[in-house]
Amino acid sequence: MSSEKNELKGVTGWIDKRLPVFTFINHNLRDYPTPKNLSYFWNFGSLAGVTLVIMIVTGILLAMQYTANADLAFDSVERIMRDVNNGWLLRYIHMNGASMFFIVVYIHIFRGLYYGSFKAPREILWILGVLILLLMMATAFMGYVLPWGQMSFWGATVITNLFSAFPVIGDYIVTFLWGGFSVDNPTLTRFFVLHYLMPFLIVGVVGLHIVALHQFGSNNPLGIDVKSEGDTIPFHPYYTVKDYFGLGVFLIIFFGLVFFAPNFLGHPDNYIPADPLVTPAHIVPEWYFLPFYAILRAVPDKLMGVILMFAAVMVLFVLPWLDTHKTRSAQFRPYYKQFFWLFFINCLILGWVGSMPAEGLYVLISRLATGYYFLFFLVILPILSRYENTRTIPTSIAASVLSDKFGNEKTSTENI
Amino acid sequence: MDKKNLNDKLVESDKTQKVDSEKRDFLFMTTTGLALAGGAIAAWSLIDTMNPAKDVLALSSTEVDLSPIESGQSLTVMWRGKPIFIRHRTKDEIKQARNVLVDDLTHKSLDEERVKKPEWLVVVGVCTHLGCVPLGQKVGDEKGEYGGWFCPCHGSHYDTSGRIRKGPAPLNLDVPPYEFVSDEIIKIG
Ligand code: HEM
Ligand code: FES
Repeated sequence: MSSEKNELKGVTGWIDKRLPVFTFINHNLRDYPTPKNLSYFWNFGSLAGVTLVIMIVTGILLAMQYTANADLAFDSVERIMRDVNNGWLLRYIHMNGASMFFIVVYIHIFRGLYYGSFKAPREILWILGVLILLLMMATAFMGYVLPWGQMSFWGATVITNLFSAFPVIGDYIVTFLWGGFSVDNPTLTRFFVLHYLMPFLIVGVVGLHIVALHQFGSNNPLGIDVKSEGDTIPFHPYYTVKDYFGLGVFLIIFFGLVFFAPNFLGHPDNYIPADPLVTPAHIVPEWYFLPFYAILRAVPDKLMGVILMFAAVMVLFVLPWLDTHKTRSAQFRPYYKQFFWLFFINCLILGWVGSMPAEGLYVLISRLATGYYFLFFLVILPILSRYENTRTIPTSIAASVLSDKFGNEKTSTENI
Repeated sequence: MDKKNLNDKLVESDKTQKVDSEKRDFLFMTTTGLALAGGAIAAWSLIDTMNPAKDVLALSSTEVDLSPIESGQSLTVMWRGKPIFIRHRTKDEIKQARNVLVDDLTHKSLDEERVKKPEWLVVVGVCTHLGCVPLGQKVGDEKGEYGGWFCPCHGSHYDTSGRIRKGPAPLNLDVPPYEFVSDEIIKIG
């Protein structure tokens, strides 16, 4: 691609010749040719990366003060809140950071869905992303158990009990997960260890995710391939500055929560110490699990509920083979676009019913929404892949940018 | 067009479009400056969490009743997670501690400066070499060549005033801040 190579001199050059870190940085963060038409939806990858770092830094500092013991955990978290210097800040960043992480990643995923970023040749990139989502869910679930409040305890009980739905081996699995006959100290200890470990696995998968990304470069709002260098601009300074600006806005929102509404997304019951004898009247998971929780409760059969809930995530893995339409971006797919937005709203509805008691009308709504969730992936996408006609697609990114600017002809070719 | 050309073009367009480079520099400097300041504050707030917490600082004073300690006996108490040696010194021990030429000492200090009442010596029981707890508090303990304490780790000898007399330790055993709140009770810290 690039004809001339920036010659590094001095110490940097000496090191780079032996260990090409600077070439690597240059290649991936400076010269890296990036489509010139990326919108702000392309900010969320770097935001997720920054959030991951924030979570790891605050998490390690929390772990220095936290005690993973059923008798001591709750008090150790209260000690962090009251006695440790800036401990409240540390914990509120970590707590709200988890929420921000999910907001960012969900937007990132919907972006990929809308613009067809999961399609060839980016299938593995997408699959690695879904893997990150799964690891994040496990990490966040186990993290929520650590403060050992009522929601921690009963959340852990309910979620681990999901595995009891499996015939024959179910009970053994649950006992194994608990390391005993109920959620107790052994459970807490292992959850802490795994909660510490998994973020580093995420870092590893993120690394692979980026390697896969840089193989073909970013997708873009038009969903068409980069055809010449006229379609791209160097990552630095154009996208570094854009990412940096986005980060500023993101941090304002993030720290707005931390400073002004730190418990807005949490549940007050988690400030009551865990009590194995009393279940809170209305237990709900953290907001980011609500859509899946709604699917679990929509089904009247225990095993089927659990299976559908897991399937709701797993279906994302095979998405590239469900939606095989050649055109990536929803901009050029009039029907897909509408079903997509319906799907988006449907996810919000699932989240909302997930937070409501499982009774009356809510049950009906959750069933309809669950139905559409799977209909979208398993029926609508395959059908659209075969029959949907696309709008005229610009020949290149540069052509589209120019015609947008000067308002003349949009050059057309493909019609599927 | 390849990348070099593109960059050249941008530089050119900067020139032709009369970019206000002073304004650009100003923005660049203020943004970077603010980001650095914010980063520094954030970093300090986070690092500060590793400093002693309020509950740790709250443990910083201890009261000790001296009345049960007979002349010639010692008591060890904890203060800030460290042993404090309290010795009820005999007349002999006091004499020993005071019959020393200050010039002979490694870490020059008069016994009179190290005690509040001659019969009560209060020192931090942590060897100033590398932090072991010296022997000499218990009855059968080796007390070293100067009748005070002996650190078994690397052989430091302390005298009856807790001063270093022989061995690798550079300083006398520390005297913690304390006061007599009554005749028989001291408050350390
Ligand atoms: C993927 C990144 C991470 C996510 C999504 C995450 C999520 C969470 C959540 C939701 C909580 C419960 C917050 C509360 O209600 O108090 C929590 C607590 C905790 N996390 Fe993490 N975490 C992450 C990374 C880490 C790392 C890397 C560590 C340390 C090595 C860590 C250590 C802790 C500790 C000690 C607690 C208990 C203290 C507390 O409740 O505030 N976390 N985490
Ligand atoms: S630590 Fe006491 S002599 Fe080395």
